[in-house]
Amino acid sequence: MQQSILLSGQKFQLTIQRLCQQLIENHHDFKNSAIIGIQPRGIYLARRIREELQQILQIDDILLGELDNTFYRDDFRRKANGPLVPSTTTIDFVIENKKVILIDDVLWTGRTIRSSLDAIQAFGRPEKVELLVLVDRRFSRHLPIQPDYIGIQVDSINSQRVIVNWRETDTEDQIILLTEESD
Amino acid sequence: MAETVQQLSTRHLLGIKDLTIDDIHLILDTASSFKDVINRPIKKVPSLRDITIANVFFENSTRTRLSFELAEKRLSADVINFAASSSSVSKGETLIDTVNNILAMKVDMIVMRHPYPGAGVFLSKHVNAQIINAGDGAHEHPTQALLDAFSIREQYGDVAGKKIAIIGDILHSRVALSNILCLHKLGAEVMVCGPTTLIPKHISSLGVKVEHDLMKALHWCDVANMLRIQLERQDINYFPSLREYSMLYGLNREILDSLEKEITIMHPGPINRGVEITSDVADSKHAIILDQVENGVAVRMAVLYLLAGKHA
Repeated sequence: MQQSILLSGQKFQLTIQRLCQQLIENHHDFKNSAIIGIQPRGIYLARRIREELQQILQIDDILLGELDNTFYRDDFRRKANGPLVPSTTTIDFVIENKKVILIDDVLWTGRTIRSSLDAIQAFGRPEKVELLVLVDRRFSRHLPIQPDYIGIQVDSINSQRVIVNWRETDTEDQIILLTEESD
Repeated sequence: MAETVQQLSTRHLLGIKDLTIDDIHLILDTASSFKDVINRPIKKVPSLRDITIANVFFENSTRTRLSFELAEKRLSADVINFAASSSSVSKGETLIDTVNNILAMKVDMIVMRHPYPGAGVFLSKHVNAQIINAGDGAHEHPTQALLDAFSIREQYGDVAGKKIAIIGDILHSRVALSNILCLHKLGAEVMVCGPTTLIPKHISSLGVKVEHDLMKALHWCDVANMLRIQLERQDINYFPSLREYSMLYGLNREILDSLEKEITIMHPGPINRGVEITSDVADSKHAIILDQVENGVAVRMAVLYLLAGKHA
């Protein structure tokens, strides 16, 4: 497995800050907005974005939720080793008429986002749903889904994997591209 | 993406006997997620939208059938209901023929209740569909045991180490056998309590304590699971009168108040108020009878979901 680091250190931090500034342009004081991280890996980015936003805006009440879309996926019964184990969903507020920002770490085929859009409907009808991703693996979409806010764009092939590590759960903040070594 | 997949070790749910400890934990954990789902404004998920389930009931049921039907609908499955009383069974059709006819209509799963013990196992060997046992005679009622375990876990955080007394008509109860097996697998201690005539002879070989004194059982336990006297299965008189049974084994407010500790009261339903349990106990804060019913839907959703995701 060949590893190359796509983003880390100060550049990683700058990217997060830029995403926050772009969000502020559209959402101002976040009074009518809510951030929702997609389980399992999008929640770390969502937590970080919220923390950063609250620091910039000097507020402490930005709504943050975590959404699990396991039961809404279209590949149920198509997994070789049985069904996925669900994560938790925590949305302790009403999303009716709110501007929802869905957050995930990597956007690849778009299927996770499609099922998340279905899942979010169970909590009401948001005024608007936007998508923020840290990594956009372009040219690999299976569905017509595009992000509104992008950290970095990556051109990759299907056999490669893009992994985002977080200082909270892994060792440090970084985006890694893994390539299978060919013989 | 960090994905964890896990599946049951079995293709059917015929009894608790066939489940591993991991299976039971997987079902209970998945049920927690579904309990979350059924408490949302929109209680439905699309997971089983390509699945058709037949509820085949050869015996009367209110709770279990409604609970299964709701669980199926909340998972977006297509549902057909079949009650033996209004079917060709009364015209002499065999069980296998009846079920194969249903399967010919492209049904994926069968939820079956049957008065004969082992009917589910028998069917699973002869037809090509996933079978879920919703009660077979006095043998097993696995989803009831799972929802009881789920309710105890919800109440106490864990089932392991808890003391559960099953009180009443153990002899005719499928709930008792499934509960004993399930609670043991989860590490709980189990006692059965009732008149000698309603306790099966060799039940202690299952590793349960046997007690004939209600007060002793209540002093010992953390949870009392009160069972109904199954008069419809009793071909002879096992005790002189319901009044006498109720005086010796009925749970009332005074008894509950005389205990030095708080215990949790469970009942699989249907309740015979005034026989095994009085109204003031059944409606008290100690009773989690309606929580059991709510949890039943979540647990059955988990079972259906996990079995549907199981590859042959």
